[in-house]
Amino acid sequence: MKQKRLWGTILLFGCISLSMATLAWSDGSEWGENNEHEGKGFIQQTAGVSSVNNKAYKNECSSCHFAYPAGFLPKRSWIKIMTTLDDHFGEDAELDAQDAQGIETYLLNNAADQRPNRFSRSIMRSIDSRTTPLRITKTPYFRHRHREIPTRMVEGNAKVRSFSNCLACHSGASQGSFDEDSVRIPGYRFWED
Amino acid sequence: MKSFMILSVFIIFISFAISQTAFAGNNTVTMLLDKYHSEGVSQFDANKGKTMWQEQHIQKKTGKPVSCAACHTSDIRKTGSHIRTGKLIEAMAASTNPSRFHDAKNIEKWFKRNCKWTWGRQCTPQEKGDFLLFFQSQ
Ligand code: HEC
Ligand code: HEC
Ligand code: HEC
Repeated sequence: MKQKRLWGTILLFGCISLSMATLAWSDGSEWGENNEHEGKGFIQQTAGVSSVNNKAYKNECSSCHFAYPAGFLPKRSWIKIMTTLDDHFGEDAELDAQDAQGIETYLLNNAADQRPNRFSRSIMRSIDSRTTPLRITKTPYFRHRHREIPTRMVEGNAKVRSFSNCLACHSGASQGSFDEDSVRIPGYRFWED
Repeated sequence: MKSFMILSVFIIFISFAISQTAFAGNNTVTMLLDKYHSEGVSQFDANKGKTMWQEQHIQKKTGKPVSCAACHTSDIRKTGSHIRTGKLIEAMAASTNPSRFHDAKNIEKWFKRNCKWTWGRQCTPQEKGDFLLFFQSQ
């Protein structure tokens, strides 16, 4: 009888740990992915702009496009973007007040006028202090750096569609890297010709 | 001995229940459908959902016809892409993308945004339920 009870207990714990393990595993893959991005981002951080490491921002602001690094626009721009989400470049990106607040705090803490890395400083210098740009792609610095790229490679390119689609050309963008060396325009091997 | 038996049956039942939620059963969708029922809907129809999915509506700001399928594709087992930004959107069908529809807040958020943007108005509980059944049926 004692023996039986022992085996029963072992079987029982086997069952429980198995079901726990499957739970833990499905969570694990999700986290593994995040950590990987953050790990790479850290290395690149000194070279480029901070990679995006805020979970709420990543969740809410990367469903329609790549999560733009906060360091590409000044505080005043992010405030304006966050207070007009119901009409966001012609889309509805409304959030509830609590989520919006958390994201805004993250953006303001990492904005271009807050984190003086190479790109942020250049962008700040390029924009008129009396204006509040809503688009990174409309800042003079951005335009200057992309001035040589013809429209047929952007709007006329089904794999790009818009300059706002940073990730299409900058494969390292999610890790905060916009290095000229890692740029590749889809469909064009040598874009400079 | 008897209490031990009862305890083990109980624990097996609990661990089974936990593993069930981790795998297939989509309680979130069931819960939402229950909510729509309580808001006065008697029956849902996956075919109706499928028809509405393709329906073209004139988008207010662009003046051009759009449908849910424009971004999500009409074959919801396939990956879609955002018509303006080009960003890829994972398949909607439960069969190809079981990771979807486990977060009621997220589902309601996107119903609100996408119905307003695509149809120019919010979707009714009836329409939302029809869509959810359509996603589950594919
Ligand atoms: C419902 C879809 C959607 C969501 C959600 C969304 N956006 Fe956008 N966003 C767009 C579209 C569409 C554009 C315009 C893209 C274009 O013109 O190619 C855009 C453009 C932008 C731009 C300008 C890009 C440029 O051209 O420089 C910024 C900055 C931006 N979004 C920030 C955000 C932030 C912050 C959030 C989260 C609070 C967010 N977006 C969530 C759809 C969305
Ligand atoms: C059509 C492809 C394309 C898209 C889309 C694009 N870029 Fe670029 N970008 C380039 C190319 C090509 C260069 C290199 C220009 C050069 O070498 O003169 C570049 C250069 C840059 C640089 C300067 C890099 C350096 O080391 O000085 C930055 C910063 C940058 N891009 C940011 C962005 C951001 C942010 C976005 C999205 C809002 C974006 N780009 C979208 C193609 C693109
Ligand atoms: C302009 C592009 C676009 C259109 C049109 C569109 N959607 Fe979406 N939809 C998205 C994006 C982007 C997401 C969020 C990204 C994701 O979940 O992969 C989304 C997410 C959703 C979700 C959430 C799924 C989940 O996993 O919780 C539902 C539900 C949904 N859409 C329903 C609809 C319905 C119904 C229509 C038509 C009335 C529609 N969509 C039209 C772009 C669009």
